[in-house]
Amino acid sequence: MEAESSARERRRAGIRRGVPFGIAVFAISISFGVLARPLMGPVAPIVMSIFVFSGSAQFGALAVLLAGGGAGAAIVAGVLLNARYLAMGLALAPSLPGRPLSRAAFAMTTVDASWASASRGDGTFDPWYMVGVSIPQYAGWVLGTAVGVVIGPVLGDPKALGLDALFPAFFIALLFAEVRGRRRVAAAGGGAGIALALTPLVPAGLPILAAAAAAVAASRVRS
Amino acid sequence: MTGVWVTIAALALATAALKLAGPLALGGRALPLRALGIVELLASALLAALVVVETFGDGRSLTFDARVLGVAFAAVLLALRAPMIVVVLGAAAVTALTRLLF
Repeated sequence: MEAESSARERRRAGIRRGVPFGIAVFAISISFGVLARPLMGPVAPIVMSIFVFSGSAQFGALAVLLAGGGAGAAIVAGVLLNARYLAMGLALAPSLPGRPLSRAAFAMTTVDASWASASRGDGTFDPWYMVGVSIPQYAGWVLGTAVGVVIGPVLGDPKALGLDALFPAFFIALLFAEVRGRRRVAAAGGGAGIALALTPLVPAGLPILAAAAAAVAASRVRS
Repeated sequence: MTGVWVTIAALALATAALKLAGPLALGGRALPLRALGIVELLASALLAALVVVETFGDGRSLTFDARVLGVAFAAVLLALRAPMIVVVLGAAAVTALTRLLF
């Protein structure tokens, strides 16, 4: 009984921590809905937010499709952008309680801000806290997408509102949170350089994929 | 449109698989250290690539337009530890204002 109420308290504390993230995510997903609607129609962006629930993969795949790339390139870009979840899942695994089904349910709530917030700093994680932080973000993400899809057509030119800058601003905010230490700085610098150099040379989507090579190279940098 | 639904289905399944792989399949075991070291750096490399492509890219050419000022303003706000909502809306506001003025 005591463990039960403690779990509820941890989850509630997580929800409080997640509210500011949820508000930011709400605004960002409005822009996702607005930008996705001309290409995807009104329903698909909402379905995508419900089932994919990943800003970087959704914006990354949408960017490839909007630039004229095919579904294959969009999928590979999204998968590569989410490849970090593999490492995050491995780090999380020892902290998840219960049987495989319970562990799976906890693992499915992983998103960047929640995972980072739930880290206790000693290599372990608070799974109930992570669930809590994810709840406002999921609500904000799906709700914002729906709002974006609805108001998109009456908003006028998205460029006049600067909505095309939400895209890179969101990524640079994630990048700022991500880049800690020499290896990650090297990976980021290398990835940016590769993408800039290849953009005029190869089809859309490939420059982003090719930037993964910078992660391989940077893994040899001394930390 | 088929391509859109294929993309959504594939990314929903792949994202779930990536989240579940560690906790379910590997259990107590870990990836080889070297592979883990690369996976850990992927987000930095790919996010940086997305930042520059979305800031300077225009199809297959590079341009320098109002977005650059917006993203630069976002970087300043991030350095000042502004909340994410302020960073993102600030970038849009500066970009919109630049387009309005020039």
